[in-house]
Amino acid sequence: MATRIQFENSCDIGVFSKLTNAYCLVAIGGSENFYSTFEAELADAIPVVKTSIGGTRIIGRLCIGNKNGLLLPHTTTDQELQHLRNSLPDQVVVQRIEERLSALGNCIACNDYVALTHTDLDKETEEMIADVLGVEVFRQTIAGNTLVGSFCAFSNKGGLVHPHTSIEDLDELSTLLQVPLVAGTVNRGSEVIAAGLTVNDWTAFCGSDTTATELSVIESVFKLREAQPTAIVDEMRKSLIDSYV
Amino acid sequence: MAEEAGMFMVHQTVGSVLCCKCGIPMAPNAANMCVKCLCSEVDITEGLQKHVIIIHCPECDTYLQPPRTWIKAQLESKELLTFCVKRLKNLNTVRLVHAEFIWTEPHSKRIKVKLRVQKEVLNGAILEQSYTVEYVVQEQMCESCSRVQANPDQWVAAVQLRQHVSHRRTFFFLEQLILKHDAAVRAIRIKQMDQGIDFFFGNRSHAVKFVEFVGKVAPIKSRHDKQLVSHDSKSNNYNYKYTFSVEICPICREDLICLPSKVAVSLGNLGPLVICTKISNNIALLDPFTLRHCFLDADQYWRSSFKSLLSSRQLVEYIVLDVETISSEVNVCGSKYVLADAQVARVSDFGKNDRVFSVRTHLGHLLNPGDYALGYDLYRANSNDIELDKYKGLVIPDVILMKKSYEEKRQKKRGKPRAWKLKSLNMEVDDTTRGRVDEEKMNSEYEQFLRDLEENPDMRFNMSFYRNKEYQPSEMASVTDGEDLPSVPLEELLADLDLSDEEDGEDSMRNEVKFVVV
Repeated sequence: MATRIQFENSCDIGVFSKLTNAYCLVAIGGSENFYSTFEAELADAIPVVKTSIGGTRIIGRLCIGNKNGLLLPHTTTDQELQHLRNSLPDQVVVQRIEERLSALGNCIACNDYVALTHTDLDKETEEMIADVLGVEVFRQTIAGNTLVGSFCAFSNKGGLVHPHTSIEDLDELSTLLQVPLVAGTVNRGSEVIAAGLTVNDWTAFCGSDTTATELSVIESVFKLREAQPTAIVDEMRKSLIDSYV
Repeated sequence: MAEEAGMFMVHQTVGSVLCCKCGIPMAPNAANMCVKCLCSEVDITEGLQKHVIIIHCPECDTYLQPPRTWIKAQLESKELLTFCVKRLKNLNTVRLVHAEFIWTEPHSKRIKVKLRVQKEVLNGAILEQSYTVEYVVQEQMCESCSRVQANPDQWVAAVQLRQHVSHRRTFFFLEQLILKHDAAVRAIRIKQMDQGIDFFFGNRSHAVKFVEFVGKVAPIKSRHDKQLVSHDSKSNNYNYKYTFSVEICPICREDLICLPSKVAVSLGNLGPLVICTKISNNIALLDPFTLRHCFLDADQYWRSSFKSLLSSRQLVEYIVLDVETISSEVNVCGSKYVLADAQVARVSDFGKNDRVFSVRTHLGHLLNPGDYALGYDLYRANSNDIELDKYKGLVIPDVILMKKSYEEKRQKKRGKPRAWKLKSLNMEVDDTTRGRVDEEKMNSEYEQFLRDLEENPDMRFNMSFYRNKEYQPSEMASVTDGEDLPSVPLEELLADLDLSDEEDGEDSMRNEVKFVVV
């Protein structure tokens, strides 16, 4: 299910949070509401970690990660790095990289297998992304924008891209990513998809301005209706109990 | 750019997204909302005026442009549309694309204007919307109309323009200048008086402006007085009626003047017998025997105001018997003169005696033997001018010729209308004291004035001539013999700007002067 939330009266919740299949980072905000919404939704599946990056709250735009790892910009302090290493599961590799374009979240978009990156990213960074996140890296643009991290959001199930993306671009991108894509909007017509939406394989959070139409597009393309973190366990339990009885 | 460089470009097909509100598929736009949703979301006409009250003067059919300008406009006219659109506040927040009237009954006192406006909404989408503004027309008389309505005689300042001469030529000329320059548009009332005209104004400054105008076209002397009408000492308000007494110098064009010795000396021993060739804000004097000339401005004139010895009414017709030029052409302030010796005889003497005068004249370029000329008959004149008497031993010539006469040729044209006409001021005339003789005298003076205009192109310089619709050029005109009568060339005439409308009203008021036009 997709949840509508706000961060301190701002609908750009993708800026203040980072959701992956293995962990969730949220910004340290004035109010506890934002954090507790994530906590309520995710606590029994993955850790929800409060953090800042480089002393700022815009963590969603500064870092990039998936279930394999987390990349942090060079502005990250040692304490923050240590805090994240301590808080995240052991199999998640946390790495700080020296990249000139420090808003990694804006420049890179990824799921657990593929990453799209800004065309001007360093060769070293590209290798690091491939190593740490364990993904194939493609340099791409979305509807003429180089900030691929801002204008698309995708999980292992599906993806939402900038509304102006042409049909040819959609075809190409979905071939690269091997997931169905759709052009759409969040937050009542906003085209900055990743700012209004943060998504993993079984849940999504979007800004509170998002309309029912947009929500239904999101839920259908990310296949959230049938998705549950414990879907497999439920299946097994059902059979266990069945046999038990 | 890439295509120009011959690069391969993937063809881009615009996809469709769902409208974020209603979910119908549509081409993506800046707001990512379909037009219907966008319109329901934002109303760009919000905050724009839909009902406006405009004030209209029913008397003069004008509309009030606040604070106090009144604009003349007819229903459904371009001016009215401009006025209506200007009256809308906040219209600068949107871009006006189109405006048109929606027809309403004229007596409904409603004007409807349909406007189409554009505005940028929601991150860069431009929305166009049309809406109707209803103007309620409220009738309220404008200041000048209400003043006229209440009391037409309510003047604050009066200008009494006078010239102490026996004819009205100056005023005919002045009337045309005033019309041409619209100098008396603010006048509430114009009244024809003996030896002058009275102008009444609603405001002192209008009168001052008018006096200044007259000062620019004629040598005048003016004084002003005020009379206290009412006052409120508590608020320091004083109501005055102002009177400007303006006297135009009695010297006219074509007058013969005997300069006082003091003036003659100060002008370098000019004259003392001189003729006035031109009057504007200064006086041009010419010595007809030497072709010396000089100018007197108003100040110089009024310092030693002299009168004319003989004026144009006393001109006598002569026939030219012989002309002998004695100088080459001399250009005196725009007009040419040639000094000549002429033998002339009075027309009235013809067949009675053989009296022939030999005179020196400045009209050598115009006169030919056999021509008629008008001149001052000093031989027969019985002048009792003090200035003239003061000159001891001054040899007075028998005749001073002033101008060529076209009387002979005019006889043929008598009764036919001219190809042109002049406008006239809307003047009131006090009929009670004026007799039939006065009227006839004025008519003949006006005719004389019109002839003067025909003969002197430089007099026409500041005047507007209008085409006379009654005039049909006859075929006979082309057959006329020899030298033609001087007349106003056709290209100087203005096409009449609906003068006839005004004329209907004017005719009843001013039959005396309008005789020539109809």
